[in-house]
Amino acid sequence: MGAAALELSDVRFRWPGRDGFGLEVPSFRLARGESVLLLGESGSGKSTLLSLICGIVTADSGRVEVGGTDLASLRAGARDRLRAEEIGVIFQQFNLLPYASVADNILLPLRFAPGRRARAAAGDVPMLCAALGLPEGIGKVRAGRLSVGQQQRVAVARALIGQPPLIVADEPTSALDAATQDTFLGLLFDRIAASGASLLMVSHDERLGARFDRVVRLGDIARRERAVA
Amino acid sequence: MIFRLALGSLLARSLTVGMTVLAIALSVTLFLGVEKVRTGARASFADTISGTDLIVGARSGSVQLLLYSVFRIGNATNNVTWESYQDIAARSEVDWIVPISLGDSHRQFRVMGTTPAFFDHYRFRGGRSLRIGAGAGLDDLYDTVIGAEVAATLGYEVGDPIVVSHGLASFTAHEDQPFRVAGIIDRTGTPVDRTVIVSLAAIEAIHVDWQSGAQVPGRATPVDRIREMDLTPEAVTAALVGVKSRLQIFGLQRWINEYPEEPLLAILPGVALQELWQIVGVAETALIGVSAMVVVTALLGMMAMIFSSLNERRREMAIWRAMGARPTTILGLLVLEAALMAAIGALLGLALLYAGLFVAQPLVDRAFGLWLPIEAPTLREARVLASVIVAAGVASLLPALRAYRLSLADGMMVRI
Repeated sequence: MGAAALELSDVRFRWPGRDGFGLEVPSFRLARGESVLLLGESGSGKSTLLSLICGIVTADSGRVEVGGTDLASLRAGARDRLRAEEIGVIFQQFNLLPYASVADNILLPLRFAPGRRARAAAGDVPMLCAALGLPEGIGKVRAGRLSVGQQQRVAVARALIGQPPLIVADEPTSALDAATQDTFLGLLFDRIAASGASLLMVSHDERLGARFDRVVRLGDIARRERAVA
Repeated sequence: MIFRLALGSLLARSLTVGMTVLAIALSVTLFLGVEKVRTGARASFADTISGTDLIVGARSGSVQLLLYSVFRIGNATNNVTWESYQDIAARSEVDWIVPISLGDSHRQFRVMGTTPAFFDHYRFRGGRSLRIGAGAGLDDLYDTVIGAEVAATLGYEVGDPIVVSHGLASFTAHEDQPFRVAGIIDRTGTPVDRTVIVSLAAIEAIHVDWQSGAQVPGRATPVDRIREMDLTPEAVTAALVGVKSRLQIFGLQRWINEYPEEPLLAILPGVALQELWQIVGVAETALIGVSAMVVVTALLGMMAMIFSSLNERRREMAIWRAMGARPTTILGLLVLEAALMAAIGALLGLALLYAGLFVAQPLVDRAFGLWLPIEAPTLREARVLASVIVAAGVASLLPALRAYRLSLADGMMVRI
């Protein structure tokens, strides 16, 4: 078995002061280059799981390893650095800083990740934009002026710049219509295949499963915990 | 890049940010404007008289003597007898002496009796002499030379008649002895601009038929006879004195202050001005304090604006965090934005100040005789601007800390 891009083992976490909502993940593994669709309904703990994976919060017990590094062993600043270096994040919507140019939005993670900055080449921004079907010269356009579909593609370019080994996408197609969804996913998978990154996409849409190496139901790998009133 | 993004963030909220910047700019303009007026007033007062070593008057307060003799503010409590004046003039230390006789007025302007020596020895703004721009000096007994402000306000030209009123707020006028405008002095920015100057003999002449502040009923000495009379005054209000050597100033001052024949007071104009500044210093400090509070209020407004924008910016902060920004970066970003707003506000305030000075300078000079110099910003003003920017950064720490805590709690999972 090769080194995992992401591995969770015996993870337990409970939000402080949030009605005691907690999550328990006995075991989950994402191999390098693998794509996994994580299916879960609203309120099933997807956001909590992504917060744990991205190191925004740390597990009360157990291990969350990104690229072989246990996040709990790092201080907060180092976790922020690891997130910038190792993980490209795509949100559901409102992905971009609307007042910044497309180029600045794409280059933003490199500001916090020297390793990714070193890997990125000068022509990466126009190259990624072109590969994602964005019009030429879009780099100078303010992100707030783009359509939702274009914004999601820019978010993909931002997640891929500097070739992070893990891409985490939180329902990136939910704001897109069916035709645009298909095009978007095609482009996303093409670029991820080209970069060799692993992809963990969270969604409630089972129809997307055909494109992924594996489809995992959140309920199968995690248990929700409610505090006893 | 962070700087560019901070600027972009401010531009994206141009209306609220613009109002905040304007508030800061206006407060900075007010603060620096008060400072300009304060220093301008001091400089203007200090420039009013130069080259005069001593001012002599009846014994009162040194500030009072300075105010009525030089600035035509207030009145003398008593006069200096002509004998005393001559005794002082006869002192070996005295290089020149100019008598001043005050008490009458023309419309809202003071009338000052003096000798032609006044035009030779009175200096202002670091040694400038008076220049009669139109007409000539005091040749005839009933000639008058008026200041530029008098001429401008009353529309007088050379040759126009002037009737002097008795006292400062009197309904009785010396109509039987009208004067003629013989000359108009170029603008000086000093109280001379607002003065009607006549000869010392003329002051005596118009009071020939007067006793105890009123004209003696039935007495009207013809002008021709008055011209032939000895018009040497019995007393003068004050005298400006120049000494031969500066080393003799204090000796002469002590001699005058200990003059046995009548109680006199000799003051050094610069020292009396310092006393005046001490008196008005409290008001100045209060004025500066009030304008500083306006700056503080503007900065508090900026702080409230940042606070109110935090909630709508939580999504933006989540993006920053997802990209790897630390909470301290979020804090720094908000402080940078505040400092940028303050910097733009301060520079705009400075620009408004200079625009205001260009417009107000001639108006203030005309209205108050106050010359506000338009010079490059001083080191003190630069420090004020820097302080405003630093204060804005400090004021923004409170909402920035709130943003820091929000970004820690929200992480990158804000759903708005």
